[in-house]
Amino acid sequence: MPRRNGRGILLTRGGIMLRSRLLLLAPLLMFLALAYLLPFLGVMRWSVTLPEPGLGQYGTALSDPLVLSVIWRTVRICALVTVLAVAAGYMITLLWVRGGPWMRLFVELCILIPFWISVLTRAFGWLAMLSNRGVLNTWGQDLGLLAEPLTLVRNEFGVVIGMVHFLIPFAVFPLASAMRTVDERVLLAARGMGASRARIFWQVFVPMTRSGIFGAMLLVFVFALGFFVTPAILGGGRSVLVAELIWLRIFQSPDWGLAAAISVIMMLAIGLLLMLTMRFAKGTGR
Amino acid sequence: MFGRFTALQDISMTIGRGEFVTLLGPSGSGKTTFLMILSGFEAPTSGRLTLDGQDMTETPPEARGFGMVFQGYALFPHMTVEENIAFPLKVQGRSAADISCRVKEMVEMVGLGGHGHKRPAGLSGGQQQRVALARALAYAPPVLLLDEPFSALDKNLRGQMQDEMRRIHQETGTTFVFVTHDQEEALALSSRIAIFEKGQLQQIAPPREIYERPANRFVAEFLGDINILPVSGTSIEGRAIRLPDGAGDHLAIRPEYMDLSLSEPGEGNALPVQLRDLTYLGAETRLLLATKAGVPVTLHVPTAKLPEGLAPGAALWTSWEASRGFLL
Repeated sequence: MPRRNGRGILLTRGGIMLRSRLLLLAPLLMFLALAYLLPFLGVMRWSVTLPEPGLGQYGTALSDPLVLSVIWRTVRICALVTVLAVAAGYMITLLWVRGGPWMRLFVELCILIPFWISVLTRAFGWLAMLSNRGVLNTWGQDLGLLAEPLTLVRNEFGVVIGMVHFLIPFAVFPLASAMRTVDERVLLAARGMGASRARIFWQVFVPMTRSGIFGAMLLVFVFALGFFVTPAILGGGRSVLVAELIWLRIFQSPDWGLAAAISVIMMLAIGLLLMLTMRFAKGTGR
Repeated sequence: MFGRFTALQDISMTIGRGEFVTLLGPSGSGKTTFLMILSGFEAPTSGRLTLDGQDMTETPPEARGFGMVFQGYALFPHMTVEENIAFPLKVQGRSAADISCRVKEMVEMVGLGGHGHKRPAGLSGGQQQRVALARALAYAPPVLLLDEPFSALDKNLRGQMQDEMRRIHQETGTTFVFVTHDQEEALALSSRIAIFEKGQLQQIAPPREIYERPANRFVAEFLGDINILPVSGTSIEGRAIRLPDGAGDHLAIRPEYMDLSLSEPGEGNALPVQLRDLTYLGAETRLLLATKAGVPVTLHVPTAKLPEGLAPGAALWTSWEASRGFLL
């Protein structure tokens, strides 16, 4: 029950008044304003002032075949990575949430250990694993399974593998929270009605975790769009994604205006995607 | 969910076709475990379960073909009312026309016409309960198991749903096995009540018999109020008493069969008592009395018949017909 104390602060069981909430949020909001909003405003200014004032850089960004092909490749790879990471994450989460105690511990370690290893180390790890003279190819050749080394890195295949590996844990958490809210009795009820395990999984369990699947896909996709290190190393400059393109335009062929315009376009696109997804999530009421 | 482990011991029970058996007992008494064994979700370590003479102890729940209503209803949240009810029918592989016909029939039977396209989240507790019932009965199972189906409903709604449940039981002729810890519910609904305590079946009998002739002290005290007076020989606290047939050194009498008077009644069994406390309950007043030896006696007296000016400390008499008591 809501109750007012002497100073007019509304105390409820679940919440505190707006003023107190803002106070608690203030340090974070100030940090975000200084570290992200301010610099981003600067980037926006570059996009319309460099090399000369106007929207010319946006015109270039949206018509240049190179920029467009990089954006298209980014969206394509990120979509593929999202599907693969969420699918793999779903299976792992299933073992984590519904497995026996030893399975849970094992999966927990598999999810946590990669978190302790930096993204750079992991990318080089994959390079050592997948390159022409890497572990897989030399073993394959020594065992006579491969006549010639397979090209597993410096292409989109390597980029996808590296990104999926990095992003699986991020898919796991939203999926796990959705799976944990599934009422065990609903599954028992389905079983009691004679439903097979496959039917229970596909027609009951998966739909009941839909919100987690959407959440995981959104998180992974947005995260993947900004990937830099992994595609730069495993793509070897042949499979450039947007973040690397922006970096190249700033540090190699100084073209800050175009880089800024691409950044702003990406930012707007992600904002729009988030808004649409949230509206959709509200619309379905789940 | 079923982590709490209550061992069951030496339970033997035969449930007839079309019966409405209630499993009643305090929490942790084993009643839910017993229901889970009937459903097949839990397996007994020993013993056998037969249906129409066929052993089904090892039959998994999905092959038993029983209906089940879970505590909290366990509806599919992502499906509409109709889809929920259709699910078990689809599992059986029935034709679409057959399914839609049966679903319509079930929706009408539980009084949910017009709500068929809603999701469970858009329904009240009572309506969700009806969906769960309709879903469990959709394929006309021979046995319907219900695990405290009314525990989440408020008291008025409970009464309504109980009437509904009785009607549906009569209409379908399905055998109902119903777990509850609410004794009024058990008395109102059942053809027989099975009382559980500490993993053991204490008694199974029709409501009236179990209330009026409880098999032991636990059953007597668990179901309703009862006064229990220690008997020595043929007297209580030195007064000669006519005792009913039976064996036992305690006389048990339900409060509603005991009368109150201001002076010693001329005949019949009577004991002098002192008034300790009285609680006004509207139509009735509950009197807390004590015998000379301090044994508590509770009486329910219609407020209209209560002598005026009663106050704690008053000396009174209570009397009863010998046939109304029983020995424990």
